[in-house]
Amino acid sequence: MKKFSVKTIVAIGIGAALFFVLGRFVAIPSPVPNTSISVQYGLLAFLSVVYGPVAGALVGFIGHTLIDFSYGWGIWWSWVIASAVFGLLMGLSAKVLKMDEADMGKKGLIKFNLAQVVCHLICWFAVAPVLDVYMMGEPWDKLLAQGLMAGVANAVTTAIVGSLLCVAYAATKTKAGSLTKE
Amino acid sequence: MTNLFNYIDRPSPIHRLTGACKLVCLITWSLAAMTSFYTPLLCVLTVAALILFRVARLRLKDISFMVGIMLVYILMNNVLIFLFSPTHGTTLYGTQTVLFRIAGPYVVTAEQLFYHFNVILKNACTIPIVLLFVCTTNPSEFAASLNRIGVSYRVSYAVALALRYIPDIQREFRDISLAQQARGTEMSKKASLVSRLKAASSILIPLILSSMERIETISNAMELRGFGKGKKRTWYSGRRFSKLDLLAMAVCVGLMLLSLALTYFNGGRYYNPFV
Repeated sequence: MKKFSVKTIVAIGIGAALFFVLGRFVAIPSPVPNTSISVQYGLLAFLSVVYGPVAGALVGFIGHTLIDFSYGWGIWWSWVIASAVFGLLMGLSAKVLKMDEADMGKKGLIKFNLAQVVCHLICWFAVAPVLDVYMMGEPWDKLLAQGLMAGVANAVTTAIVGSLLCVAYAATKTKAGSLTKE
Repeated sequence: MTNLFNYIDRPSPIHRLTGACKLVCLITWSLAAMTSFYTPLLCVLTVAALILFRVARLRLKDISFMVGIMLVYILMNNVLIFLFSPTHGTTLYGTQTVLFRIAGPYVVTAEQLFYHFNVILKNACTIPIVLLFVCTTNPSEFAASLNRIGVSYRVSYAVALALRYIPDIQREFRDISLAQQARGTEMSKKASLVSRLKAASSILIPLILSSMERIETISNAMELRGFGKGKKRTWYSGRRFSKLDLLAMAVCVGLMLLSLALTYFNGGRYYNPFV
């Protein structure tokens, strides 16, 4: 196994703790009764871009497992794995698309949002339902409907929260060539 | 901080098992329940799970809240399955025994009811075991147990860090949230959905940026203490396996193998009483 840097380990730990706190306590009431909007996927997308695919996958995996644990309603491995895959894919696409988290211009934000929509589609339309069909033997139509709700909600919150985070983070970083001669 | 993970400290044989052993049992048990649709096996697992609950001396009132959520979930799940595919059971079992018709495509068949019964059983035999694990395992033993069952200690340490910093981040979240509310941020139902999301971001941004600084501080501190230089590390709350641990693990691994064998020799995952 590849050795992680100490910073990646800490980022995974703190990231999972953040994912947990956001997922467990920051429930924004939505118009649909009994459902709340989960903002943690915006965070997960952002962390995967900054710290890479492995960190993203583990943050999603550990964070989601801890949320399921603390509710005590059983661990839904298919959805936990889908969260992990989302972190992994986001981290990979950040590398492929050469996103630079320290300099997120308009172009960077467009790339970020395209990537996150595609990753959400893959996770909630392909990964989660396929695993559910295999593990629980549930019918496709129902799973696709669930995936549609989850996927769209997550993509919308990621677009808002994730983009804001990227912009805010880029603003705290000093850009190359930012010094000017007077 | 309040008891986030519902750990209930009470003397019982299940509490005395090491965390690593319980983790192995949890994983193998869930796998056994997940792979199989063999109804008799699922019945046995459900009854066994309920007996283990008694052995662990858990009372219904300790977990009444979680059981409530669970029942609502199971009910909604079954309603959804029926709404979307009322003939799923027929396709699975290959026969159709109509009991009565409701309207249009909604026909109640014996196969569909049997399929629903299986889905409920599957939930009923896994969820109690997860509850049991959550209620009887001390969270500080998590990381040590992960390392014991073969997860690299760096990843285990990330889990330990997450558990350690959840209360801190929670406190910080509350502080920032109160500060922003004092400045007039509205997050309740009164505001529109978009402004609620924006309000959430005004809390998230300070929270996450300060956490990024925290990541720097902690990783520097760990690096200074030489974390990750050795091949192994020891754990304060790690324990050795006892005879009871080995027995419990053997039983759970046996159950998993049994479930796999049944799937294999039965020529399919579904126990079919209709043919």
